[in-house]
Amino acid sequence: MNNIRVIAWRELKTLFLSPVAWSVLAIVQLIFAFLFLSQIETFNLLQPKLATIEHAPGLTDIVVIPLFGNAGLILMLVTPLLTMRTVSEERRNKTLALLLSAPVTSAEIVLGKYLSVTTLLLIIVALTAIMPLSLLIGGTLDIGKFAANVLALSMLVLAFASVGVFMSCLAGTPTLAAMGSFGVLLLLWIVDWSAGMRDQHSELFEYLSILRHYQTIQTGLLASDDVLYFIFFTIGFLLLSCSRLALDRLQK
Amino acid sequence: MTTLVEADCVSRFYNKQCAVNDISFSLKQGEVLGFLGPNGAGKTTTMQMLCGNLAPSAGQIKINGFDIVEQPVSAKRYLGYLPDTPPLYKELTVEEFLIYCAKLHGLGPGDIKTAVTHAQERCGLSGVSRRLIGNLSKGYQQRAGIAQAIVHNPPVIILDEPTVGLDPIQIREIRALIRELGQDHGVILSTHILSEVQESCTHVQIIHQGKLVLKETIAGLHRHMNSGLIKLASHLAVPVDALQNLTGILSIELITPHIAHIRHDGNHNPAEEIAETVVNLGCGLLELTPIKKSMEEVFIQLTQEAGADE
Repeated sequence: MNNIRVIAWRELKTLFLSPVAWSVLAIVQLIFAFLFLSQIETFNLLQPKLATIEHAPGLTDIVVIPLFGNAGLILMLVTPLLTMRTVSEERRNKTLALLLSAPVTSAEIVLGKYLSVTTLLLIIVALTAIMPLSLLIGGTLDIGKFAANVLALSMLVLAFASVGVFMSCLAGTPTLAAMGSFGVLLLLWIVDWSAGMRDQHSELFEYLSILRHYQTIQTGLLASDDVLYFIFFTIGFLLLSCSRLALDRLQK
Repeated sequence: MTTLVEADCVSRFYNKQCAVNDISFSLKQGEVLGFLGPNGAGKTTTMQMLCGNLAPSAGQIKINGFDIVEQPVSAKRYLGYLPDTPPLYKELTVEEFLIYCAKLHGLGPGDIKTAVTHAQERCGLSGVSRRLIGNLSKGYQQRAGIAQAIVHNPPVIILDEPTVGLDPIQIREIRALIRELGQDHGVILSTHILSEVQESCTHVQIIHQGKLVLKETIAGLHRHMNSGLIKLASHLAVPVDALQNLTGILSIELITPHIAHIRHDGNHNPAEEIAETVVNLGCGLLELTPIKKSMEEVFIQLTQEAGADE
């Protein structure tokens, strides 16, 4: 556990010493703020009409759910850029030898790297969550639904990061790692689109789709089915990363 | 003396290419083992296997009794390793980097500060400890790499070409450091510079095309260098006839009338008798020196012999 912390801390230090972490935080926050404000504007426009409807969608449905929906999509673009360096850059700079000859296991190396990236991603999630919370000053939020959205986005970025770290273990260069993880994530995001086209209906593709599970939790429906999907997804890719890193010693 | 490293019939293949072929050796505390070989001989591969960065295709490596493949974490506690490219994080300062390495090797919070200061002093890094590694010269980066390998005071120190990129004064300092480390640690270093082995090592192994062609102490290496030739220079003409009758003399070759190369058999050194004869005859002895083969010649001879055997 101590080793994981040491590795993660070093990784975070590098992230925050370079402009990478700061610019990611700033740019992502700017975009999310813009999305947030445009959703507020929409709500203002719709408010007179909503007043006449019974069981009308509330502030949470109109602001929070679209905001977190778009945030998930944008973080899918950002995560590969954060995770691509983790292992492949060390391999390229030959600093991986330091970790491989130190008394730490492959699992500790992978988890250390993973922890550093997820720390940054969860900071982004926290900063995103603050914006809707500011609505509490003048309005009311469905706190349960809001919490479900925060949880959904957190689980989503944890899953994204696990794919990114695995691709970084696999790839020889950071660019390749970014391309690989972006490809996998996008494919898993859109995999059930074909199902909606005609009456073709593939349960497997539907189950595989990240988007579907994400959207279900977003509505406030916390089913164990969806939570387990994210847990297995994350653990699966982390296990793959560990075994890939251990393979480094055998092949070359 | 405890045996720190034991390599037993270790081989390594890259696909079908054999990089290291059936190597066995051991290292005890207080020994400095020099790994000598031309480029591509398998030195780096051997070192990577010793440090657990590569798994051997066959054979067994034990560090302080722990198998590097079966119990990697226990075995690596006893290791300090400098790879051929120093593994440095360029965005950290020297001090931050060494603290990280110390933590990674499980040093307690109380010991880290003294360990880091000590390693910096030993490698001459005290003056640059707050500078970024990326801004340091190649020589200082190399030293930071060495500091990283010794910061946790491991019993076994493995250095892959430690003096590459250093200037002559730094090379001398690093060699002195290696000798100092060799007193209470076991050190393995690889190099293709022969004089480096002579200066800093107690034992030498020559590796050629993945095979060990020589495994000797430095004294043994000196014996290999002994060619059985003596150079004699005298003021008057060399008394060839008188010298020919001495025991152990095989042949005398006159370079000039005043300079001769005398070949003798290896078991008997006739230098004393030669001096006595020349002086008694009043020829005026000017010089009497054994001609040694250079390390380069020994090296070339051994590697060629190994090539001819195949």
